[in-house]
Amino acid sequence: MSRQQQEARAATGTGAVTDASARLALTATGLAVEIDGARLLEGVDFTAAPGRVHALIGPNGAGKSTLLAALAGDRATAAGTVLLDGTPVAQHAPKALARLRAVLTQEHMVSFPFPVREIVAMGRHPWAGTDAADDDDLAIEAAMAATDVSHLAARTVPSLSGGERARVALARIVAQRTPVLLLDEPTAALDLKHQEDVLRLARAHAAAGATVVVVLHDLNLAAAYADDVTLLRLGRVVATGAPAEVLTAERIEAVYGQPVDVVPHPRTGAPLVLPVR
Amino acid sequence: MSSVRGTGTVTTPADDVVPMLGATRGRPTVPRGGLRLRHAVLFGGLALALGACVIVSAGAGQLPVAPAEVWTSLLRGLGLSDAPEALPNTDSALWNIRFPRIAMALLIGAALAMAGTVMQAIFANPLAEPGVVGVSSGAALGAAAAIVLGWTALGDWVTATAAFVAGLGATLVVYLASRAGGRTEIVTLVLTGIAINAFAGGALAFLTFIGDTGSREEIVFWQLGSLNGARWPEVAVMLPLVVTAGAAALVLGRTLDLFSLGERGARHLGVRVEAVRIIAIVVVAVLVCSAVAFAGIIAFVGLIVPHLMRMVIGPAHRPLLVASALGGALLLLLADLAARTMVPMADLPIGMLTSLIGGPFFFWLLRRTRRRSGGWG
Repeated sequence: MSRQQQEARAATGTGAVTDASARLALTATGLAVEIDGARLLEGVDFTAAPGRVHALIGPNGAGKSTLLAALAGDRATAAGTVLLDGTPVAQHAPKALARLRAVLTQEHMVSFPFPVREIVAMGRHPWAGTDAADDDDLAIEAAMAATDVSHLAARTVPSLSGGERARVALARIVAQRTPVLLLDEPTAALDLKHQEDVLRLARAHAAAGATVVVVLHDLNLAAAYADDVTLLRLGRVVATGAPAEVLTAERIEAVYGQPVDVVPHPRTGAPLVLPVR
Repeated sequence: MSSVRGTGTVTTPADDVVPMLGATRGRPTVPRGGLRLRHAVLFGGLALALGACVIVSAGAGQLPVAPAEVWTSLLRGLGLSDAPEALPNTDSALWNIRFPRIAMALLIGAALAMAGTVMQAIFANPLAEPGVVGVSSGAALGAAAAIVLGWTALGDWVTATAAFVAGLGATLVVYLASRAGGRTEIVTLVLTGIAINAFAGGALAFLTFIGDTGSREEIVFWQLGSLNGARWPEVAVMLPLVVTAGAAALVLGRTLDLFSLGERGARHLGVRVEAVRIIAIVVVAVLVCSAVAFAGIIAFVGLIVPHLMRMVIGPAHRPLLVASALGGALLLLLADLAARTMVPMADLPIGMLTSLIGGPFFFWLLRRTRRRSGGWG
């Protein structure tokens, strides 16, 4: 079995969207975002294609989360447009939009002590009253299994650790079963294995046809799991393309102000970014 | 696809977690039937307690009436019994004074508890309460202005309308002033409440100062809260308001759950956040202001009741609203019974009682929330 077939098979068991017709591209052209007079993004062109994992990287304050929020339709744009499936994201009705894209934010707080399963079930809200609601239980169970939170189902959110909360939030996003996934630092607060699990999950969704945009701080994770990488700095795109093309030692040093060595991974050949110490 | 991904073999996430499904860590999964049973026990228990307390409360007072006689009188009034009165004037005392007062206690208790539940949901904060954040004193200020400035000459509805408008304004001010980034910080909310209560308190003092003796007594009534003098026509006004606003809150139920994820989270799930927020604010204003218009400020009901109910059946808002309505009705019925009977020949202000109980409760809740979030989150 080819790797792609394996991934596709894995995806069907993990709550991934399997409807091949729902392959949606997400594009931004000449995007500018302003908050309180400060330009957080300027002239950003960005395309996330279906079936691919697209990583957003860059130093603190580069505008990664702002770009993700603009792609999600959360932020008004000062210039440019974000097109989801060819339609400006702001013109999708809220509920229709929630059936097209799910967003994992950095903030995983829940105000009331809901049990974990009920939080994950909230991800099914956009589908209430549709035929897809028949699959609610299936989608919830699969999403909790895929994010390793099944054993927490009856626990309340305030009783969880930071990493567990992050995985519960991810389970809710997976249960939403949308063709576009926007993930803001899904690996922050997670241990080594769960970091890899989350990105394997992202890959599985992409293999099933989903469009995945993920903000990452760990350049090695981006190099290992992303098909495309966009490097941002001070609200502008520095480079975009395959990880091996974008992640060069000179560029990383110039953008981050930290000298690095970039060597090929001994087994896979993916770029490994090692700070010069 | 890119060739530079790191894993040699793809482990499916599902394979990884199969051993976890046995739930070896954490508490065992509560079957959803267990929650349903809890709902049934709580709702049934509250309804029974309500029925019993109505009978007992109606029988208590300067003219004691045995529970069986209260029941017969109830049936007689509804045309279901033709048994004669055991004591003269029983029916008159019950139907003209005690029953309307009890009906009002039930309605106002349900209204305040549901208002607290909805407010806590849209503020995404379990400490939001109409009295604490100043909605009640805003409404009382409106009512007092109508009394002192002589607007009441325009009709019976003026006081209630003034209470409603001022209360709605106070709700909006609280909402706009205490939110930041789609969330409400506890410290901002409480400080906003202090500011609004201080302003309303000052304005009420001014109105008390310029008003005549009659107006002053009425204003004191608003500030202390009392169900004394509740009559059927007031119940007839209150009933449709509470039923309509309560029904609207129940319709919003599932959506209110999603606000627990913050406004951004709710929006990502397809909620029209602005529209829901406005509807919820109007619902809160209708519930609180109608209660204040007829009974003055009765604080903390909206804080205590939803909190206790949440501890029993969890935070899902639809069942929580029903439980809060029943629990609020029961709490106010008991508080009014205490207000009428604790001191012989005196009718204590009910708002005073709820504040004496609710103040320490709020303090405890504040301490607990602070401990849990490790600061003034």
